[in-house]
Amino acid sequence: MSAMPLASIEGAIEFIFSPQYSNVTGGKKVGGIDQVIELAWNQLWLTIVALAIALLVALPIGLYLGHRHKWESFATAIGTAGRGIPELILIAFFAAAIGVGFTNVMLALAILGIPPILANAFVGIHQVDRASVDAARGMGMSELEILRRVEVPLAIPTLMGGIRSAAIAVVATATIAPYGGYETLGDFIINENVYGENGVLAGAILVALLAVSLELALAGVQRLLTSPGLKLRPA
Amino acid sequence: MNMNPTRWRAVLALMAALALTLGVAACGSDDDTSGSATETASTEGGDEGGAIVSNPENGKVTLTVGSKNFTEQIILGEIYAQALEAAGYKVKKDLNLGSETVALKNVKAGTISGYPEYVSTALTSFFGKEPEEVPADATEAYEEAKAEFEKENLTAFPPTPFASANAVGTTVETAEKYDLETVSDLEGVSEKLNLYGSPECRQRIDCLAGLEKLYGLKFKKFTPVDIGLRYTVLEKGGDNLSILFTTDPQLSAESDKFVILEDDKKVFPAGNVIWVTTPKVVEEAGPDYEKTITQVQEGMTLEVIQELGARVELEKEPAAKVAAEYLESAGYTG
Repeated sequence: MSAMPLASIEGAIEFIFSPQYSNVTGGKKVGGIDQVIELAWNQLWLTIVALAIALLVALPIGLYLGHRHKWESFATAIGTAGRGIPELILIAFFAAAIGVGFTNVMLALAILGIPPILANAFVGIHQVDRASVDAARGMGMSELEILRRVEVPLAIPTLMGGIRSAAIAVVATATIAPYGGYETLGDFIINENVYGENGVLAGAILVALLAVSLELALAGVQRLLTSPGLKLRPA
Repeated sequence: MNMNPTRWRAVLALMAALALTLGVAACGSDDDTSGSATETASTEGGDEGGAIVSNPENGKVTLTVGSKNFTEQIILGEIYAQALEAAGYKVKKDLNLGSETVALKNVKAGTISGYPEYVSTALTSFFGKEPEEVPADATEAYEEAKAEFEKENLTAFPPTPFASANAVGTTVETAEKYDLETVSDLEGVSEKLNLYGSPECRQRIDCLAGLEKLYGLKFKKFTPVDIGLRYTVLEKGGDNLSILFTTDPQLSAESDKFVILEDDKKVFPAGNVIWVTTPKVVEEAGPDYEKTITQVQEGMTLEVIQELGARVELEKEPAAKVAAEYLESAGYTG
């Protein structure tokens, strides 16, 4: 056990950049930048695809219901219920239905991403000032134009808030993907007996970095999407 | 379609009820009292020990029984916990701890008093032994592990009669299709087969790394899965291999469906179970601690362990109930 040091930030950083000795691999070293890049890319790609699917499902429903001001309790209840999705049970369920691998965990993560996106899209659109909508309608805009040119721009902060919390939930939960047949940075965290404590800490640091980068990227997207008239400017 | 509020509420209530039912069904195996309640564990080998005697002295001591995160370990944890309780100890349980690294860390930290470990796992995972260095003889392996544990200020009690090992398993159909009996038979075939194993398997010398190195096998693909899915991936059909345990109840109960390949080059060392604990706990708990643990494991033959596993894993009985019935039918409790 002497070869497996206790976790330290220095040790974790060393693990990230150069392969380390492991007790159980028969001499093969583990970790290092190549494996880190491979697993980080897997985690990012899994997150992107799952988020895209979640957006495809949740956005149209949320926007439509918000625009028609319908099924308010459904939309908000889904947002709340979404916090309790048992991901591992979903993975096991999909394993029996469609097998394990990328599709399995991607679907399980997409389901995790749907509730916040749907609920926030609904609330964002639903709360748009009715007077603005009536004015647009009075100007002769079609319903789709009202949604696209009045409601969505005004709802961007709430809408993006939903997408951002979905993204964080999905990228963080993608750590359990190795249980469903797809290797992500979670491999370092799950398998302490292979990677040692430094590997676990390295995995946690990398996932946190990935989540922060994703959050920053989405904040950038939000700035781009926000209508110039709505931006907060320094006085 | 505008729903009026009453109708809407009814729909919501229905959905809530549905969600609740699903939830209960998902974790409902714990409450499942149907099935073979009258069936009792085989009693062979259980009569040497006699009943456990409760010692009032032990009531001052609280022991926390740990276990790793799969069925066999949880059953063992329940058996040890209930036996120690019968001996008069105050017992807490912390089962489902995860891998051996986590379990051992908890023993060292004192958050659990001890947990059952496979002597082969202890030697390879904790003490850096190669799989082929693990002694085939249970006592010899135990003595070696105990000596290593003592250097770390830990100790271990003598081994169970049964041993468990990982094994490459597949469906009877696939084994017949490719004429597979031993792992060596996979030569020239493995490129067409997917291998499923726990996430740690890829890197471990007593798993995929060993199959590649010692047997020279290359698989079409290795896919990591949760240990609990090791039969699900085979049941899905197709030409697949999965890392199974030799003690799995499916191998005896469903021998027409699943088969394991003989490990002719010894990548997967077999290990009997030893109770890992600390000298400090041994001293505090007194002589009944070791006595009780070694006493109740006398009846644990491979057949008994497979039968107990079958009742939990296949018949969905609660592990605590199966453990209690084992202790009673073997005459340890009454």
